Amino acid sequence: MLDQFDPRLDADFPAVDPAVLRARLEPLLPAGGFLTRLEALRPYESDGLPAYRALPAAVALPETVEQVAAVLRACRDLGVPVVARGAGTGLSGGALPFPGGVLLVLSKFSRILGIDPVAMTARVQPGVRNLAVSEAAAPHGLFYAPDPSSQLACSIGGNVAENAGGVHCLKYGLTVHNILSAQVVTLDGEILTLGGPASDAAGYDLMALFTGSEGLLGVVTEVLLRLQPLPETTRLILAAFDDVGRAAGAVAAIMAAGVVPAGLEMMDGPALRAAEDFAKAGYPRDAAAILLCEIDGQAEDVAEEIERVSGLLRDSGATEVRIARDEAERRRFWAGRKGAFPAMGRLAPDYYCIDGTIPRKALPFVLAEMGRLAEVHGLGVANVFHAGDGNLHPLILYDANLEGDLEKAEALGGAILELCVSVGGSITGEHGVGREKINQMCVQFSPAEVNAFHALKAAFDPAGLLNPGKAIPTLARCAEYGGMHVHNGALPFAHLERF
Amino acid sequence: MPTSNGSDADLTAALAEAVRGAAADRRPLEIRGGGTHAGMGQPVSATPLEMTGHRGVVDYDPAELVLTARAGTPLSEIEALLAENGQMLAFEPPRLGPGGTLGGAVATGLPGPRRPFTGALRDFVLGARILDGRGEILRFGGTVFKNVAGFDAFRLMAGAHGTLGVLLDISLRVVPRPAVEAARVLETPSAEALAMLADLMRRPLPLSGAFHDGRRLHLRLSGGRAGVDAAVARIGGEAADPAAWDAIRDLTHPVLAGPGGLWRIALPRTGPSGDFASLPWDQGGGVRWLVAEAPPPEAWAQAAALGGHIERIRGAAGPAFQPLSPGLLALHQRVKAALDPDGLLNPGRMYAEI
Repeated sequence: MLDQFDPRLDADFPAVDPAVLRARLEPLLPAGGFLTRLEALRPYESDGLPAYRALPAAVALPETVEQVAAVLRACRDLGVPVVARGAGTGLSGGALPFPGGVLLVLSKFSRILGIDPVAMTARVQPGVRNLAVSEAAAPHGLFYAPDPSSQLACSIGGNVAENAGGVHCLKYGLTVHNILSAQVVTLDGEILTLGGPASDAAGYDLMALFTGSEGLLGVVTEVLLRLQPLPETTRLILAAFDDVGRAAGAVAAIMAAGVVPAGLEMMDGPALRAAEDFAKAGYPRDAAAILLCEIDGQAEDVAEEIERVSGLLRDSGATEVRIARDEAERRRFWAGRKGAFPAMGRLAPDYYCIDGTIPRKALPFVLAEMGRLAEVHGLGVANVFHAGDGNLHPLILYDANLEGDLEKAEALGGAILELCVSVGGSITGEHGVGREKINQMCVQFSPAEVNAFHALKAAFDPAGLLNPGKAIPTLARCAEYGGMHVHNGALPFAHLERF
Repeated sequence: MPTSNGSDADLTAALAEAVRGAAADRRPLEIRGGGTHAGMGQPVSATPLEMTGHRGVVDYDPAELVLTARAGTPLSEIEALLAENGQMLAFEPPRLGPGGTLGGAVATGLPGPRRPFTGALRDFVLGARILDGRGEILRFGGTVFKNVAGFDAFRLMAGAHGTLGVLLDISLRVVPRPAVEAARVLETPSAEALAMLADLMRRPLPLSGAFHDGRRLHLRLSGGRAGVDAAVARIGGEAADPAAWDAIRDLTHPVLAGPGGLWRIALPRTGPSGDFASLPWDQGGGVRWLVAEAPPPEAWAQAAALGGHIERIRGAAGPAFQPLSPGLLALHQRVKAALDPDGLLNPGRMYAEI
C-alpha cells in the first residue's frame, strides 16, 4: 500500500510503555472500557475502508463526557495520539487507528436525549445512529434530513466529523446545515459548546469549522440537530437515456429551470444493469444511463413540478420517462440505487468507491476522460452520481486477489480525483479525506493553504495528537507526493527538501 | 458568464501588497467596504484598507447556481444580475444603506428574514479567496456545493467581521427565485402569533417570512402557485404587498427605524423570551428587535440564560457583541492567531482580545 503511515512523512510520536498507558487510562474508564488484547482490538483495526488497517495500543470505551475529557487529558500528558471512532462506517479511513495510539470509541454514547417537536430539534449523543433520529422524529411528523447511504449504521458523531451528505442534501443540505450546536471536548479536556439553540451564535462560527474536521480538532459528545417537517407528498421520476451525455444535459436543464429536486441521481449502463440484477428495481436494462428525480413538498406543487420535469426530460432526449405509480414502485426504484454498491459484487470481486465533486457543466467531459483513464489503467468503472450536486461516485472494479490490481485501482482513483480538481471540483464531496486521499490534498491545496490548516488545527490541538496523519497532509508528504506526480510539467513544492 | 462594467477591477495584487506592507511594519488595518454595517462592531482606528475598488462578478453560470464575485462588488449589482436570471441570494442580506458590498454582507454574516426557512448566510458560501494577516493569498472551499476537503475556513469567514482575513472573492450558492410570492397580515397578538407560527412551521408550508410588529403578524409565502394559494387559504388574514418585506429585511420598518440604536437579540425560536417578550420579532421569533441606545445592563445575562445572545446593528454603545465564555474566548484568540498572527486585521472590531 502506498499510503500506510510513514513516520517520516506523517507524524512520529515516541512509543508509550503499555503498562504506563494502562495504569493511567484504565482507572478513568468503566469496567471493561479499556481493551488491549489482540482479539479485542481486531474489530477496530479498520473502518469502512478495510484496505487500510492498523492496530491501536488500546481501545477506550468511555460512557460519560467527563470520562472522555479525562482520557483526552491523560493522552495529552502521555503524548499518545488519539483517534475518535463512531460506528466505523466511514469510507476514507478517517477512523483508522494510529498505530500504537489510543482509539476512543464513542459507541456507548447511544442515547437520544430528547426530541422537542415544537422547536423541531433533537438532542442526541454522538453514538446514535443516523436513521434512529428520523425514526424517533417520525411520530411528530418530522425527520432528520442528512441521509448518507450508510444511515442504518452510521452515527451522528461520525456524521458531524465528516459533514456527511446523502441523496437528499441537494434540497435539504449537508450535516453542517442541519445542526444547531455541538458539545465538544478538546485534547486539553476542556468541554465547549459550539453554536447554540439560537441562530448565528456570538463570535466565530466554530461549529461550522468543527463540522467536517474529521476528528482533528476535538471529540463530539453531544449534538443538537435541526429537524424538518416530513414532506406531504413525494414522487419519483425515472428517465432513461441512450447516451450518458444527454442524461447529463437533462440534469443541467432541470437545475437551470429553477427546479430544486429532493434528489437527482444518475447511474450509467454498467451500474444500472448490476443494480437491476441485484435489486430487481425495474430499470430499463438497455439504457446507457438513467436519472432518478425525486420531487417532494405540498401535493399541489409536486404535481406541477412533476409535469415540468417530465417535459424537460423528454426535451432533453429521454427515451423513456416513468413516474413511479405508487409508494411501492418508488421504493423499488430507490432500492436499485441504494443497492448499487453491493450490486458491484456481480461485476467484479472488489470495487473501490471514489468520491469527487465537479461543477455540473463538466460532467460530459469528466465522463469521457474517466473512460479514457479507466482504459489506460486497464480496469472497469461503473458510475453512480449524485448528479444534482455534481458529486461523483465512480466504482472502480478490481480483484484484490490479482497481483497489482489494488495498486492499479488506487492509481486510477487518484487520477480521477485529480481530474475532478482540474475542472474546478474537489477530491471529496462527502466521504472525507481521511487517510485515503491524503496525497490528493496536495493537489487541491497550495502549501500556504496546507499551512493554514495546520495552524487552525494547532489552535485546537497544539500537540497534534488528535487523529494525526489524516485529512491534512504534512508539507513533507506533499513534497514527496509532488515528486511522484508532476503536474503540467511543473514540480509542485519545488522549494522543499525532498526525501 | 463573467459580466463586467466599466468600474470592475481586480485589485488582488495591490491589496496583497498593502497587507504585506502593513505586516512588515506591524501596522493594523481597518478593512472598509461600503460602510453600511459600520454600526455592527466597534470602530477600528487603523490604516484603512479600501475594498470597494476590488469589484466585479468573476463568474456566474445560472445553470450551475453558483456565482463568484469580488468582495467590493455592490450587493445591488449582484442581486440585479441574479434577478435577470430568475435567481436570488437565499440569505436575503439586509441592505442597511446604499453601497453595501458582498464582502461586507459576508463578513458581518447578518441574515435576513428567510433565516429560519432557508438557513444561515454561511450555508450559501461555497468558497472564498482571502488574504491572511501576512498578505498570503489563500483559497478555501471552491465552487461546488459538496466539498469536504480541508477545514471549512470559508464558512468561518462569514460573521468574522474581517478579523480572520481580507475577503477577496466569494463563491456563493444561489437559488431559483420563487414563482409566486404572497404576503399576509393577521391581527394576532405576539404570544398567540408565536404559538400559531410554531404550529405552521412544523408543516411543510412555503413560508419565507414571519415578522411581528408588536401588533400584527406579517407572513410571507414563496413557492409554486398552487402551494402558495393552498397555504394562503389555510392561514387566512389580509392580503399585503410582498414588497413591504423590503422594509422588514432592511430594518427600516417603522417599529425598527430611527436614528438611535438597534439591537438584535437572538433567542431559541420557540423558547421562553423573558423580558424580551414584548419586543417586535422577526425570523419566526428567533430574533427580537430592541430599539434603544443600549440594552438594559441585565439583558446580556438574561439573553445568555435563555440560550441566546445580543449584537448591535446600529448605535455606538458597547459592547457590540455578546461576551464569550473564558474558554471560548481563549479559543477565539488562538483561531485568530492562526490566520492573523500579528493581530493586524480589524483588531478589536468584535472583541478587544481579537
